[in-house]
Amino acid sequence: MSNEPTQQIYDSTAPSTEDRDARMGQGVDARMNSKLREAFGASPFILTKFDQFMNWVRGSSMFMLQFGIACCSIEMIHSYAIKHDMDRFGAGVPRASPRQADVIIVPGTIVSKFGPRMKRVYDQMPEPKFVVGMGSCTISGGPFQEGYNVVKGAEEIIPVDIHVPGCPPRPEALIYGVAKLQERIANGESSPVVVKPYELEQFGDLPQDELVQKLADQIDEDDLVMRYNWSDSP
Amino acid sequence: MSTGLEPVDGDLEGSEADLASLIGDRALERDDHVNAPGFVIRPDDVQDVLFDLRDRAGFDYLSCVTAQQYEDRYESIYHLKKYDDPTQEVSVVVPTSTDNPVSQTAEPVYRAADWAERENFDLVGIDYEGHPDPRRILLPETWQGHPLSLDYNQEKPQMVTLAEHANPLKGDTKDTETDTMFLNIGPHHPATHGVLHVKAVLDGETVVDVDPDIGYLHRCEEQMCQQGTYRHQIMPYPDRWDYVSAGLLNEWAYARAVEDLADIEVPEYAQVIRTLGAELCRIAAHMLALGTFCLDVFGDFNAVFQYAFRDREVVQDILEDLTGQRLMFNYFRLGGVAWDLPEPREDFFEKTRDFLDGLPRKISEYEDLVVTNEIFQIRCVDTGILKPEVAKSYGATGPTARGSGIDMDLRRDDPYGYYENLDWDVITEDGMDNYSRVLVRMGEVEESAKIIEQCIDLLEDWPEDDREIQSNVPRTLKPDADTEVYRGVEAAKGELGIYIRSDGTDKPGRFKIRSPCFHNLSTLPVMTQGEYIADLIASLGSLDIVLGEVDR
Ligand code: SF4
Repeated sequence: MSNEPTQQIYDSTAPSTEDRDARMGQGVDARMNSKLREAFGASPFILTKFDQFMNWVRGSSMFMLQFGIACCSIEMIHSYAIKHDMDRFGAGVPRASPRQADVIIVPGTIVSKFGPRMKRVYDQMPEPKFVVGMGSCTISGGPFQEGYNVVKGAEEIIPVDIHVPGCPPRPEALIYGVAKLQERIANGESSPVVVKPYELEQFGDLPQDELVQKLADQIDEDDLVMRYNWSDSP
Repeated sequence: MSTGLEPVDGDLEGSEADLASLIGDRALERDDHVNAPGFVIRPDDVQDVLFDLRDRAGFDYLSCVTAQQYEDRYESIYHLKKYDDPTQEVSVVVPTSTDNPVSQTAEPVYRAADWAERENFDLVGIDYEGHPDPRRILLPETWQGHPLSLDYNQEKPQMVTLAEHANPLKGDTKDTETDTMFLNIGPHHPATHGVLHVKAVLDGETVVDVDPDIGYLHRCEEQMCQQGTYRHQIMPYPDRWDYVSAGLLNEWAYARAVEDLADIEVPEYAQVIRTLGAELCRIAAHMLALGTFCLDVFGDFNAVFQYAFRDREVVQDILEDLTGQRLMFNYFRLGGVAWDLPEPREDFFEKTRDFLDGLPRKISEYEDLVVTNEIFQIRCVDTGILKPEVAKSYGATGPTARGSGIDMDLRRDDPYGYYENLDWDVITEDGMDNYSRVLVRMGEVEESAKIIEQCIDLLEDWPEDDREIQSNVPRTLKPDADTEVYRGVEAAKGELGIYIRSDGTDKPGRFKIRSPCFHNLSTLPVMTQGEYIADLIASLGSLDIVLGEVDR
């Protein structure tokens, strides 16, 4: 490619080349010159929709939640670390606090005890938030699907934007998944809303079935609970 | 409550006749296992017999407590060993009735029984009378039923609570009378290495009480293994216990147990490959331990962490060449390994040698960055003290025990694989602190490199017509009914043991995993009480736990 701006740009800005020349620095200021500056000419503005701009920004600078659950998190750390280095794609700043994060990668098996905690962490993230499900476990429970204690996929609890299959997915696969998410965000798609069978509810509000009665003296009315109906889940 | 500090003075040799006479008529009958003599005793004789075995016969190591339900009874099995000579084993079998499964606790004898019995209560439903803390440990407090008991209905709905004690800004977390503060660490916290929940009570910056709350990754590994057939369906699961690339070490635990159970020979060539792969795994696992430990004591994604991961990538590459996978290898088979070394063999050898040649330089780099680093030393020397007697009583093994000067390594003391024929040393340090545990791991990386080097030499010269990678194993493996075996191997974190009872079918009747991390983690309260909260984080890091293995 030549170093000159294309003819089109010259044409479109033709009447004001003087201004453009005036904008280009001379002497020591020449180091500030760029093609962008040259191309903008007299009208240093880009017209775009604010939404579009925000989406582009969101997609290009994602803060990931530092969230390790199971085996997949090892491959997730490898994706952040040297060699794979997810930061190259503008998505490699793991944040320890959910309140600073945009994206949560769910890397592993979710079990009954962890379900409410994950829901809580997800709820603490500011909008807009995105979820990448990593590994078979977040799709269906993976190798542990038949376990008495295993939630059959992350989607039972929180909505998931991108599923990366594998057990564990290679770092390349995770990075591909994240890149796809960025693409979607840049195109303005936001999280899908799915039916979430497991919600946190206040214990006192639950219908008085057998289980609730049995637990009544162990659990405080105000405590949040998550009810697992194993027979309904896939 | 016993601290396990009582002196051990054995006046008996461990021979079977001696044991029989020691237990005397408290033994109702014999129930020998493949690995050890077994004595059946009454549920109210437990402490009596175990005290005798510990103090008079020198069985100072409670390796595992298995619980299971038969049609007509419940049963707890105490697998005892000696730290000095882990090949001396004895099993104490305690049956209890189905209607009233109450058995005396062994906690006053071995602190290790504390968590182990809680787990048995949780999963199988045996009550331990006199247990100081009879709570559930893996499943949520509100869980209904005991999932590994025979009449458990998996379809039943369950409810899990999320209590609101999490807001540290509210006055209610501060107990007004004693001026202490309650602090939740985890289950989602970068310093807990996964989903561990530590409930800490602080007085200023000093830790008064610690209660590790586990079970956030309890994936029903034992149930999964009980549902799989011996030959192929179980092997993928061990990879997922200790998942920091230590897969082959775990697979070996399973392979060893079943090979002993069903009397399967392993060709020598396969043993060498196994040894090679296992030690590569150990290096990868210890590198991760080092990297994340530095993350804990130094702060954000730092240089040491990145260096450690750089080296792990190299090891994982080699392992991928060998097994076809980066993390979940599924490479061992009963009676051998899945396939031979990758062709061209020379390339594989060269790649591995390259790695080994570069290792000393890297290790000296780590020494500069970590071991001799003043800040690191201030954080680690003399913090997280774990006395050897305490470690023994809690059943600590692996680098955690060796950092406290306990000279036990199953690779040497209860040899398997090809380790006997190779030249290497067991690393121990006497510091008993966080620093020693790091030193032990770094030393073990070097020893592993030595082992790998020797394996490569052997494999290079191995005659081409004698490369048998698997012995002949029947397609459907059905060990004789009611054979029981408990076998351990030295995994990255310590003794990983597996108990299998066969019931005559092609699936195990009971599959119990003795996890080293589980027992190592139970030492956390002793290590950290009275220390600063920052040292708690360092101690937790130096234990190098993997929650997949703690919770199983
Ligand atoms: S998908 Fe596989 S590797 Fe990932 S957490 Fe589940 S079992 Fe582990």
